[in-house]
Amino acid sequence: MRLPTPRGPLSEAAFSALTSPGTFEVSHPLVEQARAAADVLHCDDLQLTLWVAYELHYRGFDDVGDEREWDPDVLRLRRDLEEVFEAELRQRVPTPSVDERDFPTQLREVIETAAGPPLVPHLHRHADRAQLLQFLRQRSLYHLKESDPHAFVVPRVDGRAKVALAELLYDEFGSGRPEALHSKLFADALSGAGLDPGYGAYVDETPATTLAVNNLMSLLGLHRRLRGAALGHLAAFETTSSVPCRKIAAGLERVGLPDVVAAYFHEHVEADAVHEQVALRDICGSLVADQPALAGDVLFGAAACLALDAVAAEDLLATWAAGGLGAAS
Amino acid sequence: MSGEVRVELCPGGPLLVRGADVVRDTDGVEHPVTRPVVAVCACGKTSRPPWCDSTHKAVSRAERR
Repeated sequence: MRLPTPRGPLSEAAFSALTSPGTFEVSHPLVEQARAAADVLHCDDLQLTLWVAYELHYRGFDDVGDEREWDPDVLRLRRDLEEVFEAELRQRVPTPSVDERDFPTQLREVIETAAGPPLVPHLHRHADRAQLLQFLRQRSLYHLKESDPHAFVVPRVDGRAKVALAELLYDEFGSGRPEALHSKLFADALSGAGLDPGYGAYVDETPATTLAVNNLMSLLGLHRRLRGAALGHLAAFETTSSVPCRKIAAGLERVGLPDVVAAYFHEHVEADAVHEQVALRDICGSLVADQPALAGDVLFGAAACLALDAVAAEDLLATWAAGGLGAAS
Repeated sequence: MSGEVRVELCPGGPLLVRGADVVRDTDGVEHPVTRPVVAVCACGKTSRPPWCDSTHKAVSRAERR
């Protein structure tokens, strides 16, 4: 994958510095300008720059040197953007209070009471083929590296939570079968739908809010301080997947897309019915039993996951309501 | 693997089964286990028996009403 197209002065300066030899330098006023964005989640320039900074820790870019991953000047820019992103999250998503009840019950309650727009019912019953394909393209940014962000948490936890996380990830990563890697199943779905299965192929048309959904996973996964929130995020993700996947599969079949496209979602009906229980009880329940101080973080991560999913879903529905297939903006 | 099969009851949800090679359904049909842990339907409403498909959530919501 090559660097995406910049979306403003910050990404322009940052991408140019990433591909130039010598010291990575982005002028301070540009960073401050992005940090002052009125709506951080909808700011294309900020979210894309942050996404690129994170991507250096995953597959990287063909036109950026591998050494940039640990370049302190790149990391400094990343930290500056993370600060404003996390401040926005903390302001939007107050940490739910923890009480004396069984922790998985509390976590499930936070997840089940979160409100979101009716994206899944739309995909199930009404979306046309073009809308469903757009949905697949947007989701490809994450699903082609499915579970990679949460894998960063493995060395940061221990005991029962680690064992359960490894168990869940083993299933995500194909249960010993490369052809069953969930990212591979999604690539097969893209190919089956006539789309490009290439990693990051659709980043240029991915809106800021979906970049923010991806950036949240990297923020939580890459900071040990936020390990509880990363696992709460995982629980929310898995708990809100099984039933929606069944409906999305039905929507894809309704518009006549080949079986391989819906197959990815059918797999997740079953897989995530398992993962939901494992994530709520064996991962998050065990983590909090062993480290009660992390309870609030776990609930925050779950709430943040659902809050950003809701913003991205609202964006997509608004685009369709306006009668358009939106690109980047 | 130790050869031990472990079953965990999830309140209001499925049975989590670890260490099994096959799950035999009520008709005697054997379903191979391909995951490290599987969720076996306990509410009887799943559309893909013997596996849980989270239909119990809709069932418990209907019962609460």
